[in-house]
Amino acid sequence: MGKRVLVIEDEPNIIEAISFILSRDGWTVHTHADGASANAKIRTTPPDLVILDVMLPGKSGFDILRDLRADDETASIPVLMLTARGQTRDREMAQRLGVTQFMTKPFSNAEVLESVRTLVAG
Amino acid sequence: MVQRQLTGSRIRERRNDLGMRQSDLAVMVGISASYLNLIEHNRRRIGGKLLNDLARAMKVDPSLLTEGAETALLDQMRAAAAQDRAAGAEVSRTEDFAGRFPGWAGLVARQSRRITDLETRVKALTDRLAHDPQLASSLHNVISAATSIRSASSILVGDDDIDADWQRRFHRNIYEDSQKLADASRALVSYLDTPSEEGSVSLSPQEEVEAYLEAQGFHLPYLEGDSAPQRAAALRSKAASAMLTSFRDRYREDALKMPLAAYSAAAIEMDHDPAQLAARFDVPLGAAMRRLATLPTEMGHPAFGLAICDGAGAITLQRQITGFGLPRSAAACPLWPLFRALTQPMHPIRRDVQLPVDGGGRFRCWAIAAPSGPASFEVPPMMEAVMLVRAVPNSGGPADAVGTSCRICPRSGCRMRREPSILNETA
Repeated sequence: MGKRVLVIEDEPNIIEAISFILSRDGWTVHTHADGASANAKIRTTPPDLVILDVMLPGKSGFDILRDLRADDETASIPVLMLTARGQTRDREMAQRLGVTQFMTKPFSNAEVLESVRTLVAG
Repeated sequence: MVQRQLTGSRIRERRNDLGMRQSDLAVMVGISASYLNLIEHNRRRIGGKLLNDLARAMKVDPSLLTEGAETALLDQMRAAAAQDRAAGAEVSRTEDFAGRFPGWAGLVARQSRRITDLETRVKALTDRLAHDPQLASSLHNVISAATSIRSASSILVGDDDIDADWQRRFHRNIYEDSQKLADASRALVSYLDTPSEEGSVSLSPQEEVEAYLEAQGFHLPYLEGDSAPQRAAALRSKAASAMLTSFRDRYREDALKMPLAAYSAAAIEMDHDPAQLAARFDVPLGAAMRRLATLPTEMGHPAFGLAICDGAGAITLQRQITGFGLPRSAAACPLWPLFRALTQPMHPIRRDVQLPVDGGGRFRCWAIAAPSGPASFEVPPMMEAVMLVRAVPNSGGPADAVGTSCRICPRSGCRMRREPSILNETA
């Protein structure tokens, strides 16, 4: 069984595309579309990497990241944040909150795949 | 001093227009040419009989030689100079310039105002791009659809051995997302094309409301009387329309409590004293002040200025009258009774104030701050201050020295000064 990636994203077709390319690369992909219960999901089955959207129903990706870093059980999990909000202040906020990597949409599949490999290996 | 400068310059200009020699004019009024020269170069004060003689000799009304340019115009020109100090405008000669070249001065003032309006507009648009939830949502939808299409199409193009089932799914996804992209794009274009919100380049919503009210003389006949009020046309922007609706609701409430005919008669009887009027009509003092500011001058009422600010001192509504206007974009002089009232809630303040201008600039102000909205145990009260303003003659009595804003206020030694003045380096 490959290492596990949790994709927290509410756009089903984006979830499907990311799941496809990661699965083909040997990763075990779990998905979650609800922001409010995302931290509980991470805590229950901690993945090797979280791919996190910012604009999510129930709770923003920034809040999820903050809670994730504040929880000893999940604090060290690498987080790749994917967002349509590429403004400097969003990037700075993500960095302040402890994001591992920040990537703006629309991303290329190759970029995502490369980042996942690097972040989990690192 | 400024007024003296203007008068001398105008005498010189008028004489030149008539083609008169300085010595001839001096003889006509019985003074030496050298003395007239000093007057024309603003080095001697002039008034009374000599001014009348000069005016008569040049066949002009004396007031045309002494009448100062509008205070608002001068303030705007000084503000223009403040916006670009490096340009080195001769600020000390502002009134001289405005008096001699009123057309050019008006142009400078208008263009300065327009620059300020455009800068405000740019800031509003920047804020809108950064914070507007509707725009953010539209852009998010566009980018999400584009992301999905890019990712799915990349899989289809780059993966030759993808099985037929996945191919169908990604083709379907691309189709669905292209529809979403089309819808989101249309919504975005429609939103950006809508001539609302900040559709007017020149006016902020507050300015739009005040411009509308000013055009009506701040008096709205369709909200007077007992019958249901007619609906007025909406303003250009949604924000301004919403603000105007709030104003109209309050106006209507005031009009019902203080009916026009009765209030107008009482106002004249009580010499427009807001405290007496508030007692007569059993309304809060602030309401009596607001109502006074909406009485039409055609019914024999003086022109009243009005300013309302919130607890943070932000001007939320203003009716300007000649010589009185608090700045919109710069911080106003904190010495106005309006702001003092905020420090003493429920305590009525009546003060005469003097602006730093010659030949005018004296106003009587009534102000009070009071909680706005319903009382609640859950949240602190929202304070609102109201100030009514009326021009009064300068009788030489005591008055508080106030300004417009620090940058264009020449007063020295003001303990409330926030920044140096461009009019007085020692201020």
